[in-house]
Amino acid sequence: MSNPVETESLPDQRFRERFPLLALLIERMLLSLLLLVAVSVLIFGGVEALPGDFATTYLGQSATPQAVANIRAELGLDRPVVSRYFEWLAGAFQGDFGTSWASRNSVSEQVGNRLGNSLFLAGFAAVISVPLAVGLGMLSVHFRNRMPDKIINVISLAAISLPEFFIGYLLILYFAVNFGVATFPATVYEGMGFIERLKAIALPTATLVLVVLAHMMRMTRAAILSVMSSAYMETAELKGLSAFRAIVKHAAPNALAPIINVVALNLAYLVVGVVVVEVVFVYPGMGQYMVDAVTVRDMPVVQACGLIFAAVYIFLNMLADILAIVANPRLRHPR
Amino acid sequence: MNDFTKYLAGRVTAGGMNRREFMGRAMAAGLTLTAASQLFATSAEAQTPKKGGHLKLGLEGAAATDSKDPAKALSQFMFVVGRCWGDMLVESEPLTGKPVPALAESWEPSEDAVTWTFKIRSGVKFQNGKTLTVDDVIATLKRHTDEKAESGALGVMKSIKDIKADGGNLVLTLTEGNADLPLLLTDYHLIIQPNGGTDDPNAMIGTGPYKVASFEPGVRATFEKNKDDWRSDRGFVDSVEIIAMNDATARIAALSSGQVHYINRVDPKTVALLKRAPTVEVLSTSGRGHYVFIMHCDKAPFDNNDLRLALKYAMDREGMVKTVLGGYGKVGNDFPINSTYALFPEGIEQRAYDPDKAAFHYKKSGHSGSVLLRTSEVAFPGAVDAAVLYQQSAKKAGINVEVKREPGDGYWTNVWNVQPFSTSYWGGRPTQDQMYSTAYLSTADWNDTRFKRPDFDKLLLEARSELDETKRKDMYRTMAMTVRDEGGLILPMFNDFVNAASKKVKGYVHDIGNDMSNGYVATRVWLDA
Repeated sequence: MSNPVETESLPDQRFRERFPLLALLIERMLLSLLLLVAVSVLIFGGVEALPGDFATTYLGQSATPQAVANIRAELGLDRPVVSRYFEWLAGAFQGDFGTSWASRNSVSEQVGNRLGNSLFLAGFAAVISVPLAVGLGMLSVHFRNRMPDKIINVISLAAISLPEFFIGYLLILYFAVNFGVATFPATVYEGMGFIERLKAIALPTATLVLVVLAHMMRMTRAAILSVMSSAYMETAELKGLSAFRAIVKHAAPNALAPIINVVALNLAYLVVGVVVVEVVFVYPGMGQYMVDAVTVRDMPVVQACGLIFAAVYIFLNMLADILAIVANPRLRHPR
Repeated sequence: MNDFTKYLAGRVTAGGMNRREFMGRAMAAGLTLTAASQLFATSAEAQTPKKGGHLKLGLEGAAATDSKDPAKALSQFMFVVGRCWGDMLVESEPLTGKPVPALAESWEPSEDAVTWTFKIRSGVKFQNGKTLTVDDVIATLKRHTDEKAESGALGVMKSIKDIKADGGNLVLTLTEGNADLPLLLTDYHLIIQPNGGTDDPNAMIGTGPYKVASFEPGVRATFEKNKDDWRSDRGFVDSVEIIAMNDATARIAALSSGQVHYINRVDPKTVALLKRAPTVEVLSTSGRGHYVFIMHCDKAPFDNNDLRLALKYAMDREGMVKTVLGGYGKVGNDFPINSTYALFPEGIEQRAYDPDKAAFHYKKSGHSGSVLLRTSEVAFPGAVDAAVLYQQSAKKAGINVEVKREPGDGYWTNVWNVQPFSTSYWGGRPTQDQMYSTAYLSTADWNDTRFKRPDFDKLLLEARSELDETKRKDMYRTMAMTVRDEGGLILPMFNDFVNAASKKVKGYVHDIGNDMSNGYVATRVWLDA
């Protein structure tokens, strides 16, 4: 009776033994997928439970009972929730999010454009902020408790303490209105040249960099400092390595895991949490798209945005876990 | 020079009016012959519209969910977009609000105002090269009549029983006489599309001065000049770009840094700051929207007309306009019509703040104790402040108003039109008839003052089909007086539309019809480099 079970579990165990890292990674990915499905249930259920009805919101003052019924029938809202959910999920996993109720356009197509814009902005902010934050973190470790360290700390803390819209307005006021050197609004559109695009996103990128910088920088500083106080760093110092070399070669690899985590969190924020910056700078990204959809109760769009945001978040966190595991062998063997 | 002659002068410079026409109308408006001819000469010379340039507007109200179908246009953004690429059958004159020809060259009602014949303009080309025919017009109107089209003009179209062609003319038969039909056809949803838009409602092809070059919902729309435009008095700039800017501060920053030429929805609270910018001009236009305090005429204690009068006299209207609207508004007179409506009954005495009269009527009403007023921030911007101000002014007349602040969530379902005394707002309607029918007819769903007067209802229906303007105006005067002196409406103020433009923008027409020069801002202005 127990034979088939053993023969089945045997290759699995062997696989685990031979490729422990790969097995761990596959497990992580499956878990993420499961999480995503769970999130999709939450999103769909939440949206269903929302008070307010698309048809009456959309028609406003001209909402006759007949017109409302027409819209509901046309959108298939009279069918049971469960079958609608599975149709939606099946479509979503094939990249088809249905059609927008309000504009009757394909959601996937619109989301594609918007997501591209969001990723462009987030990507640029990341390209600037991550090396800058890590570099500044190392610098402030090097000069710890001296003037440069204090200056870096005060400035980055000030930047994170100001609300992002306020930073945005300040940048607009000085660079667009007073000096007239920056492009505003940051509207990007199809057929815009690459250089033009870069100019347009200069101010929102600067705002985002200022917002996420402090968090990553301070985490880098703290992680490296804790490593620095360990015995092997003392050895490195005693054997005559220059301070900077000791930080880069010995401290940084060991401090990577927490830094990767905080970087991933901030990257996720750059994609999914920038609604306010998008509104202030008139940037056509995902956040603005979702807010527009919520105000008219355009549910397919809200669901698509919700699911994509969740996917980005889950993916980046998974990536952070994986990178941390790869970077630090100790994490591979949970006690 | 008053607004009307200014407008006429503007039309001259825009090339839309010749000397004879101008002189006739300017003199009718009270100018002497010399003054009129001088004005004609100077405006024709000094203000010649410059052609060319790229006009940029930054507008609030766009959403990623905006539909290209004009039937479904909802936002301020789509309102202006539609006015760029399309035309209606009829337009309204900016300063008098009277119907003027657009794609319909002329019209003729039957004696009972039930059957209307419209002559459709010939030689007009759609932007796809097709020639406009009466069939396109019929198909358009029929599409908007269909419930499935979900048209915003469905309410208007419901009064039309039959749509048919008679030779090249359009014949509309109504369910009942309505002298305002041409004005109803100025509705911005009713853009005439080739074959009525039944082939593709989202094509954005019309007869307007600008062709759509690109459109990204909630982001941006760009336009090129339509070289085949049938009118020469509009569409001066070469290209137009409308950018969605839903953030008030972003709009102001974009305008003051010179990145756009025109913005809408300027907050009265920041107007004073914006005015300091040397390159910017604030454009404020009288509107029909109004903020109201409403009493239910059929519920105690408001079923007593003396109490209602007392509460009306206790309102400090000037103070409200100054404080709540920052001066960007006009005082109201307790009936929902102002001079921006066609056939406005002039000469009705302005009700002013009068604590003595209020005290007199209050005493006469025999009411004692306090009066409960419900309000909320969502009723209108500054509604809670307005209620507290009102409490102060009423106190001087010995009336104790108790202000209760209600949560914004559910205000429109639980308080407005439910509780006997509350604050609210109304947007305007294209005609007096529509305004009264929406909220003052006994049977109206939104009769939020519970004003039930058979004599008023009868007069409203009679006025609707009355073609004699003098008689009609008299009827509207009687109706206004009834609402003002016996209704449950306290109307302290009409709010202005406050927009702003760069000083490079010339020829802006203050249109009483609606916000943003009735949506025609992009087609009417030109850029002075």
